Amino acid sequence: MTLLSLQQIRKSFGQNNVINDLSLTVKKGEFVSIIGPSGSGKSTIFNMIGGLLTPDDGIISMNGQKINGKRGSISYMPQSPSLLPWRTILDNVVLGQELQGNVDKEKAAEMLTKAGLGTYIHSLPHELSGGMKQRTAFIRALLSPQPIILLDEPFSALDELTRAEMQRWLIDIWEQHQPTILFVTHNIEEALYLSDKIVILSNRPASIKGSYHVPFPRPRQGDIMLDSDFLQCKKDIYRALTE
Amino acid sequence: MKKRLPKGWSPFVVLLLLLSLWEIIVRLADVPEWFLPSPTAILHEAITGWSNFSGHMFSTVQLAVLGFIIGTSIGLLTAMLLHVVPFLREAVYPLLILSQNIPIIVLAPLLVVWFGFGLLPKLIVITLVCFFPITIAALDGFKQTPQDLKTYMMMAGASSKQLFWKLELPYSLSSLFSGIKISATYSVMGAVISEWLGAQTGIGVYMTLASSSFRTDRVFVAIFAIMIISMLFFAIIRIAEKRFIRWRIKEEEKE
Repeated sequence: MTLLSLQQIRKSFGQNNVINDLSLTVKKGEFVSIIGPSGSGKSTIFNMIGGLLTPDDGIISMNGQKINGKRGSISYMPQSPSLLPWRTILDNVVLGQELQGNVDKEKAAEMLTKAGLGTYIHSLPHELSGGMKQRTAFIRALLSPQPIILLDEPFSALDELTRAEMQRWLIDIWEQHQPTILFVTHNIEEALYLSDKIVILSNRPASIKGSYHVPFPRPRQGDIMLDSDFLQCKKDIYRALTE
Repeated sequence: MKKRLPKGWSPFVVLLLLLSLWEIIVRLADVPEWFLPSPTAILHEAITGWSNFSGHMFSTVQLAVLGFIIGTSIGLLTAMLLHVVPFLREAVYPLLILSQNIPIIVLAPLLVVWFGFGLLPKLIVITLVCFFPITIAALDGFKQTPQDLKTYMMMAGASSKQLFWKLELPYSLSSLFSGIKISATYSVMGAVISEWLGAQTGIGVYMTLASSSFRTDRVFVAIFAIMIISMLFFAIIRIAEKRFIRWRIKEEEKE
């Protein structure tokens, strides 16, 4: 079932055509990654889905309903954790719910505990490490009532080790809850390891260069990154990106 | 922690030195009391004249607190209004700065002409000195809200009302408090000036009477009282600030 669809989206800023004829669909429960060179307009795509920008042409729809320029249809996890510094971790993770109406603190506390943040429920964000802050931000997105989560390069500011740990963690959580995720990254390995489908963007003006189905079974094992199939896939995508 | 103790005490040491110097000079040069009384003479007057002075002081404190509350509210409301309506901000902001160039001393008698000798003109004077630091501080605070937090809130579907109450206002608190601290100390000065307009009681009245009868020691009692009250106000606001924005203070300590 198609949850989110973008049809022939076009967006220019003045003379500068950023997105041209971009179409994309995300099915319910699917983990889709968008990968593209930096400056290829990934953030513009997210801002349009989030309703902060309106496309010049084309239709964005969620569950069959047009959401062009409509805010609040998606749940979002940005590159920086963006936690409110005066709120405790618990109060932070319910923020997405709070903006939409209903707050369920019990469920929030339960999820935080499962995510290994149980002892930090009443701490303030600055007491947490970078990785823990990102987990908090992800749980906030997961608890928000919207049907799809947009992740905007969430691990790019973390060090290599934390990053690998976070990927592992994300995949565990994803396999438990199966939320629909649209994930932006410029890291091919990360995209391959995490997603069901990889969408490759072209340089400006951005459009879809190709769509790539990830063949590895779920639940994903950590060691598939060392597999020869994995390397082959990585090569294919790399070639497609640089063509 | 080791360094903190001398840091807090050094102003007192300097103050004590200055007062001693003052005392010594007055005594050595045999300065007449009506010209410049010594600190001990001032202290003596403060103690013996307390029953007379305390009434004046409490009346001023009352006036200052009332004026401060009104001034702060008006300042905050002005800031909110200007923040929500960008056009107003553009149009009114320069006028706000201009309003601070009107000398209060000149304006005060005019206010008496317009509003008589009651409470109203006095409160207007205090409000005029109090609201400006608050408005500027609040506007700056709203503006300084980090863009990434704003983007998150908007992507998550926050309405502009939610954006303001859940993000911009709490974020501006630390900046707002610097404004409030300035206003709190100004309010005492504003109250004293407003009492010169014509009042029955108050430090302003006491001061005018003292200076016209060459009771210089009493003038100094009034000056020191104003300083102490201002400092107390400042301390109270500082305590409130610590309670309200604990996160900020903790963050700073960490860095």
